[in-house]
Amino acid sequence: MNDQAPITGCADTPVLKERGQREVFCGLTGIIWLHRKMQDAFFLVVGSRTCAHLLQSAAGVMIFAEPRFGTAILEEKDLAGLVDANDELDREVARLLARRPDIKQLFLVGSCPSEVIKLDLARAAERLSEIHAPDVRVINFSGSGIETTFTQGEDACLAALVPQLPATDARELLLVGALPDVVEDQAMQLLSDMRLNNIRVLPAGRVTDETAVGPNTVFALTQPFLGDTHAALIRRGARHIAAPFPFGEEGTTAWLRAIADEFDVDQDTFDRVTAAPRARARKAIQAQAAVLNGKSIFFFPDSQLEIPLARFLTRECGMQALEVGAPYIHRDLVGHDLDLLPAGPVISEGQDVDMQLDRCRAAHPDLTVCGLGLANPLEGEGLSTKWAIELVFTPVHFYEQAGDLAGLFARPLRRKSLLTGFHPNMQAAE
Amino acid sequence: MKLTVWTYEGPPHVGAMRVATGMKGLHYVLHAPQGDTYADLLFTMIERRDHRPPVTYTTFQARDLGSDTAHLFKDACQQAYDRFKPEAIIVGASCTAELIQDDPGGLAETLGLPIPVIPLELPSYQRKENFGADETFFQIVRHLARPMEKTAQVSCNIIGPTALGFRHRDDIQELTALLFDMGVQVNVVAPMGASPSDIARMGQAHFNVLLYPETAEAAARWMERELGQPFTKTVPIGVGATRDFLAEVAAITSLSPQVDDSRLRLPWWSSSVDSTYLTGKRVFIFGDATHVKASARIARDEMGFEVAGIGCYNREFARDIRALGKELGVDSLISDDYLEVERVIEELQPEMILGTQMERHIGKRLGIPCAVISAPVHVQDFPARYSPQVGFEGANVIFDTWIHPLVMGLEEHLLHMFRDDFEFHDEAGPSHHGGHMPKDIAAAADPQKTVLLEDGNVIWLDAAERELKKIPFFVRGKAKRNTEKFASEKGVNQISVETLYEAKAHYAR
Ligand code: SF4
Repeated sequence: MNDQAPITGCADTPVLKERGQREVFCGLTGIIWLHRKMQDAFFLVVGSRTCAHLLQSAAGVMIFAEPRFGTAILEEKDLAGLVDANDELDREVARLLARRPDIKQLFLVGSCPSEVIKLDLARAAERLSEIHAPDVRVINFSGSGIETTFTQGEDACLAALVPQLPATDARELLLVGALPDVVEDQAMQLLSDMRLNNIRVLPAGRVTDETAVGPNTVFALTQPFLGDTHAALIRRGARHIAAPFPFGEEGTTAWLRAIADEFDVDQDTFDRVTAAPRARARKAIQAQAAVLNGKSIFFFPDSQLEIPLARFLTRECGMQALEVGAPYIHRDLVGHDLDLLPAGPVISEGQDVDMQLDRCRAAHPDLTVCGLGLANPLEGEGLSTKWAIELVFTPVHFYEQAGDLAGLFARPLRRKSLLTGFHPNMQAAE
Repeated sequence: MKLTVWTYEGPPHVGAMRVATGMKGLHYVLHAPQGDTYADLLFTMIERRDHRPPVTYTTFQARDLGSDTAHLFKDACQQAYDRFKPEAIIVGASCTAELIQDDPGGLAETLGLPIPVIPLELPSYQRKENFGADETFFQIVRHLARPMEKTAQVSCNIIGPTALGFRHRDDIQELTALLFDMGVQVNVVAPMGASPSDIARMGQAHFNVLLYPETAEAAARWMERELGQPFTKTVPIGVGATRDFLAEVAAITSLSPQVDDSRLRLPWWSSSVDSTYLTGKRVFIFGDATHVKASARIARDEMGFEVAGIGCYNREFARDIRALGKELGVDSLISDDYLEVERVIEELQPEMILGTQMERHIGKRLGIPCAVISAPVHVQDFPARYSPQVGFEGANVIFDTWIHPLVMGLEEHLLHMFRDDFEFHDEAGPSHHGGHMPKDIAAAADPQKTVLLEDGNVIWLDAAERELKKIPFFVRGKAKRNTEKFASEKGVNQISVETLYEAKAHYAR
C-alpha cells in the first residue's frame, strides 16, 4: 500500500484560514441520520421555525407521518420569561412521552435561539430525567449554528452520551461513529474474523445495548468529525487508536491494521481476513478510477470528510486535488490522512464563500464537492459537482463500499461526457 | 412553545428570500447564523435555479456574540454592495439575530450607500413565510414606487409571483396572454422578474392584477390608496373564476371580456361519458387559501365532485375559508399542524385529496389518491413542461392533474366486473401508474378482523365482511362508513350481508 507514498504529504502545508460568510448547515442536520440509527431515541430541538424548516429541508421529504424528531418552536411568550419557557418545555415533553411510549432516550437539542436566550437545557435535561426516570433518560446537546457546523452535531450528540456510559475495566474495543447498519456489520465481521471479541459501538442502536467505557477501553473513530467525542472518551480513560479513516482500500487497510496491531493480530491472520475484500475493493475502484484518473477536484468545506476523501481520491483514484477546504481541521483526528495526502493542493479552513467561489472559478476543476446551495449554480456555470451531503447519507466506508464511494465522484463526470454539447449554458464553448 | 413535526411554511425571512430571489438587481443582507444558509438549497434544488439566491448571510458565531456582531453586519453589507452592485438592498434579521437586536436597518443606513436600503421588520416568533413575502414586497413597493402618469394604452401590473411559488412561472405567461387578448398591456410583473427600477415605474399601470393575495395583498392595498390603482379580487383559476376575472377587468377598463376560448377543454372533458365516474367523488381540499378557494369551486361546479371538507394552513385567510366552508356546508380546518390535518382526513375518509405535498404523503399512507394544488413546493412542482394553473390552459392542466391519480372511468367499471381476476384485483391500482399500489382503505382503517364501533359495539359478521371486500376499494371506505352509521342509527349491533345492502339502499340517491 505504500508503494506510491509521496515524498511529502500535506502535514506541513500552511493552512489558509478564512473567516467570512459560511455556506454550511448547522449541527441540527445530524439528527436526520442519528434518529435512524438510534431506534429508541427522540430528538427534540428547542428552537425556532427556522430550525424546524431546516430539518424538513435537509430531510428532503417527509419519510414518516411522525418521525422521531421534532421542534419545540419558541414563541413570543417563551422569550418573555424563562420560567414559563421551562414550564412549557416540561409540558411538551410530558405530552410527547405519553404519546410515544417507545421512546427510551430523549435528546433536548439546543439551537441558536435557545442559546441566545440562555435557556439552560442541561439543567432542563437533569430535571426531566428525574421526572421521567427510569423509563426515559433525557440528555442535552447543542446543534446550534453559532456553535456547530453540519456533522459537528453528531459529535456533540455522542460527546454528550459519553459521560452517561457505565464504567468498566474490561479490555474492549469501541467503534465510534453512526454508520449505516450494513457498513457497521461489515466492520464487525472483519474484526471478529481476526478473532477480536468484545467489540462495542457508539452510538448503540438501543439504550439497552449500550456500551461501557473505562481505562482499558481502546477506541477507533469511523468518522473524522468526532473531536469532542474523542476528548470525552479520553477523559473517561479510554485510549484512541489513531489511523487514517476507513475510506477506500488503502484507508480501510490502514485503519484495520492499526486496530490489529493494538490487539496483536499476526500478519498471516490479517492477510487471510483482508486479502479477498482488498482485492474486491481494488477491482471495484479500478472500474471507477478510469473515469477519475487525471481529473482535478476542489472541495468546499462541508461534511468534514474532505481531507480523508481527498487522500482516497488522489492516491487510489488518480485525481489531482486543487483545494481541500474543511470547516475546521482537527490534527489529532485527520493527521494521518494529511500526512498521506500528496502535497500540492491549497488546504483551507473555515470559509469566505464568495472568495472561495472566485478561487474555484479560477481553478476550473473537473469536479467540485460542495453543499446543495452551491451545486446547481456551479453546474450552471459548467462545473461538475458532487453534493457533500450524499457522502454522509450513503454507505461509503470500508472495502465493500470503496467502489461505490469512487462511483459517487465518477457519476457526475460520466454524465458530463454523455451530455457533451447538451448543456444549455455551454453551447458557446462547443 | 409548540411541538412541530413538519411545517407548511418557513420562517418570515424565507418569504423575504422568495421576493429577493424572484427579483433582479436586488440584494438581501440577512443577519443570521451559518445554518440558516440551508435556505439557499430550497431555490437551487427544488426550483433548480442555476444562480445563488442574492442573499448575503452574516453567519455570526457564538464567539462573535458578546463582541461585535453589529460590525460584522456592516462589513457584510458593504462587501455585498461592492461585490454585487445591486440597484437596491433589503436588510433584515433571522430569528436568532432578532434576539440580539442589532438593528440591521439602522446599521445599514450608517454606511451611506448610494442606493436605496430598505429595512425589513419580520417578527420571526409570530409570523411565517407568506407574511414575510407579503411584507417584504410591500416595503419594496412603498419605498420605490411613486405616482406617475398612466400609460397611453390600458395596462396593468401582475403582482404576487415569487421565487419558489406554485406554478408562478407559467401562470405569468398564461395571464399575460389572456390580458393581451383583451387588449391590456402588462406594465410590470412583480416581484418575479422585476428590478428595483421596474418597481419604480409600477405607478404607470392603470390597475393591478392581484394574482396571489398571500404574497401581494398589502402592496395591492397600498397602491390602490397611493397610486390610484384598483386591483382585481378574483384569482383566475378555474373556468368560472377566469370568466369572472375577465368581467372584473372589463368593468375596470371598459374593454370587452370576450376572448378566444377555443383551447378551453375542461367543460367537455368533464361532460364526456368517461367522466361520469367523477360525479359525486368525495374530495378533501387543503392548501393555501387562494388555491383552496379556487379548487373548491372547480371541484364542485366544474368536475361534479362532492366537497367533503376544506382547510388552509395560512391563518391570515381563516375568515375567507370559514365563510366558504359555510357556503359549501362543510367544516373548515384552519391549522398548520400536519398531524391534525392527517386526523381530519382519516376521519372524513375522502375518496380523493386535493392538497399539498404534505397531504400527498398522508394520502400515500392511507391509500387515498391525492393531487397537488398548492405550495409548499417540492421538486415535482416544477415540471419542465408548461403547466399553468390560471386561465383556460390552467383549467385544462388542472383537469388532467386531478384525474391522474384516479382510476379512469372505463377502467373503474372493468375493475368492478373482473374484481377477482388477477389483472384487475383491488390492489392493482390505476393501470397508468407503475410500481406502487394504493392500500386497501378499509384494511388500513381496521387491521383487526372484527370491527368494534367505539360507541355502539357494532360488529361485522364474517359474511358481511367478505361482501364488503368485494366492493371496489375506492368506494369501500364510504360503504363501510355508511353501513356502520346506518347500523348504529337503527340500533343494530351486528352487521350482516342484509344490513350492508339495506344501508346501500338507504343511501342510494
Ligand atoms: S443555524 Fe441556528 S437558528 Fe438556524 S437552523 Fe440551525 S440552530 Fe436553528
